[in-house]
This record gives sequence, C-alpha cells and structure tokens, in this order.
Amino acid sequence: MIQVVSVVGYLVLAPFLGALLDGADRIVSARMQGRKGPPLLQPFYDLAKLFSKQMLAVNNAQLFLNLSYLVFLAVAGCMLFAGADILMSLFILSTADMFLVMAAASDSSPYSSMGASREMLQMMAYEPMTLLLAVGFYLATGSFHVGDIIEMPVSPILMLPGVLVGFFFITAIKLRKSPFDLSTSHHAHQEMVKGITTEMAGPTLAIMNIAEYYEMILMLGVMALFFLNSSWWSWPVAIAACLLLFFLETLWDNVSARVKWKTLLKSCWIVTLLAGGLNILILMLIR
Amino acid sequence: MGKLAKSPWLLHYDGSSCNGCDIEVLACLTPVYDIERFGIFNTGDPFQADILLITGGINSQSESVVKQIYSQMPDPKVVVAVGICACTGGVFKSCYNIKGGADTVIPVDVYVPGCAARPQAIIDGVVQALEILRKKQENREIAALPKAAGKA
Repeated sequence: MIQVVSVVGYLVLAPFLGALLDGADRIVSARMQGRKGPPLLQPFYDLAKLFSKQMLAVNNAQLFLNLSYLVFLAVAGCMLFAGADILMSLFILSTADMFLVMAAASDSSPYSSMGASREMLQMMAYEPMTLLLAVGFYLATGSFHVGDIIEMPVSPILMLPGVLVGFFFITAIKLRKSPFDLSTSHHAHQEMVKGITTEMAGPTLAIMNIAEYYEMILMLGVMALFFLNSSWWSWPVAIAACLLLFFLETLWDNVSARVKWKTLLKSCWIVTLLAGGLNILILMLIR
Repeated sequence: MGKLAKSPWLLHYDGSSCNGCDIEVLACLTPVYDIERFGIFNTGDPFQADILLITGGINSQSESVVKQIYSQMPDPKVVVAVGICACTGGVFKSCYNIKGGADTVIPVDVYVPGCAARPQAIIDGVVQALEILRKKQENREIAALPKAAGKA
C-alpha cells in the first residue's frame, strides 16, 4: 500500500516539486549574481507557454523519442520510489538518456548533433559512478533493494561518504549545471546555440523539461537514500541534506565556467576512482 | 496577463549593427536592469524564441539570414526593431549595400528608436511587444476554435 502511494505520489508530484525547485534555483542563482531573479513559479509559466506555442517539428520521430525519454525516466523514478531494485532503476535511467540522444540526433541541425555527441560523452563520464553507487549500497547494506536499504539500523552515509562525494559530482552533470553543462545549458549564452534542445520547439521542449524534473527528483531521491535508516527522524534529516546538496550544486554552478570535454572525462573518472573506488575498496577490506 | 506575457523568450540578431545597440541589449541582462525578473530569457535558439530583437540595418548578406530566423520561430511571434538603424536604416540608409530597416525584409511590430537605444527603451519596447504577442495568441486561439468544433 505504501509502495502504491509512494509511486503515485512520485508520478503526480515530481514535476511540480521539480519545477518549484527549479524556480528556487533560478532565484538563488540570480541573488548570487546580484540580480532579483524571476518569480518562484516561473518554470510553470514557461511550461504553460511552451504548450500553447505552435507545434514546430523537423520530423515525426522527435516528439515520440522525447515522450519515450519522459516515460523511461518516470519508470526509473517509480522503481526507486517503489522500493525496488536500485541497480535496475539506474539502468533504466541510462536507457532513458539514450532516447534523448536519439531525439537530438534525429534531425539535421549540426548544433543538435554536437549536443547529442556531447551528451554521450557525459554519459561515459558519469556511468561508472552510477554503477559504483549501486555496488556501494550493496556492500554497505547487503541488498540492492531500496526497500531493504532504507530499513537499515544506520544510515549508509557512514559507510559511503566517498560514494556520496562521487555522486554529488555526477549529479552536476545530470542536472545540467556548470562546469559540466556541455550538451545543453540553462544559461543564456552557449557556444552552440542550445545543444541537444536546439530543434525542440514548444510542446516538445515542454515534455523534455518535465522529464528533467522527474530526473531531478530521482537524483535527489538517490541522494536521500544515503541518509535514510529505520528511525523516523532520518527522513527530515534526509530532506534537509538533499536541499543542502542541491544548494551546493547551485553554488557550484554559479562559481565555475564550462569545462572542455577532456577535462570532464578526466575529472569525473578521477573523482569516481578516488572517492567512489577507494571508498568501496576500504568497505570490501573491512567487511 | 496571458501565458506568453509571463514567459517571453528573446532572440537577438545583429543585422549589420555597429554593436552599440547590441551592447545595450546585453546590458538589459545585467544586475542593473535584470530582465529575467519579468521571466524574460535570452535564448539563442529561434525554435524556442517568442520575440525577435533586431539591431542594425539589413544588408544584402543578412537579408536571407533574417528571413530564415523569422521563419524558424514558432507562432505566435513578434519582432522588435531596436535602434534607429533597425527602424529605418539610420545613417547607413543610403549606403549601396543597405536595404533599409528590418521592415524591408520581415514584418516589424515594435520600433524602438535611439542611437544607441537605451536599455530602458528596449525594455519598454519589449513590454509593448508582449501586448501584441497576447493579441496574436488570442487571434490564434479564435482561429483554432471552428477547427476544434468541427472535429468534435
């Protein structure tokens, strides 16, 4: 019963929560830059506008592929929030991203194709860490099942601090934040127009935005897993920790410039190896 | 306010400007003027833009580009000519390569004169463009009504 409520809650509330967090993110970013910033509900206004615009598509496949991106992300999130297998959830998350790459590669715009290839590079950069994350949870709790992980007597963070550092690193890629917003950026200026979203107009872009909100809540959900345990007070702690980590992502976004793809790959793999890999190695030795 | 008026995304194109107006357009993004507080967002993508800001007169080389950018923007859309060159051709009007203002190539909805146009004037022009955008949106919805009724 709790599983059904949790899944339905995720499906219904995740876009709203994601959009609200995005609105808060834009205000906080603006304040960091000495500006007033847009209203909190700006992402909702943007979505309403995008759905009211003319449907302009270069081919029929793009909308379908974008919808697949949305559906697969929602499925990945549902698996996490249903307390199912975290490994499976992360695999579906990568599958979802492939649909976005295909959507961007399906048209002839050079900017879009460049965005697609950069998105694949980003996937190469963060995939090792997502695998280590699942392995880390297994070593720490003896299960891949989210339902078992949150029932442990102590929070996994005590055994997986390095994995959390690595996961924080790749969350910047997943949330499309500087310094890793190579494929497309939320900021005004970019060297290749809008990257993967270049040829997405109106409703197609709105669908992609909603999918991003699902992804945002999914990533924060995984972050919360680090802090949850069988006692009730771990839930407010986890929510507070997620909000703090999200704020740190925003701060990082505002103080850093976009890096080149080689720097992205190197830094991600080094952090994955040093923070995640070492953490897991130590965990294997002490167990 | 309508859906569009709360979230207008700008596209800025330099026809053959001296960059004076371009700098003023960019000044609108800075903390002093901060157009993002109106939900206005400077996008680089015609597919996602609602308002096209054109600076500078149109010459024979930028003509096809302006036409293409305009045709790539989804409806409803408005065009704001920023600066006297984009309005009429300005001091370059009689040059052999200048066709004139932006309205020689595409329909222009709002003219913002000035050399260079001040950020306050540009923001005022964009706000007037929002009203036109809202009317265009209403006309679109009215035009779509008989079609929807026919389907039902």
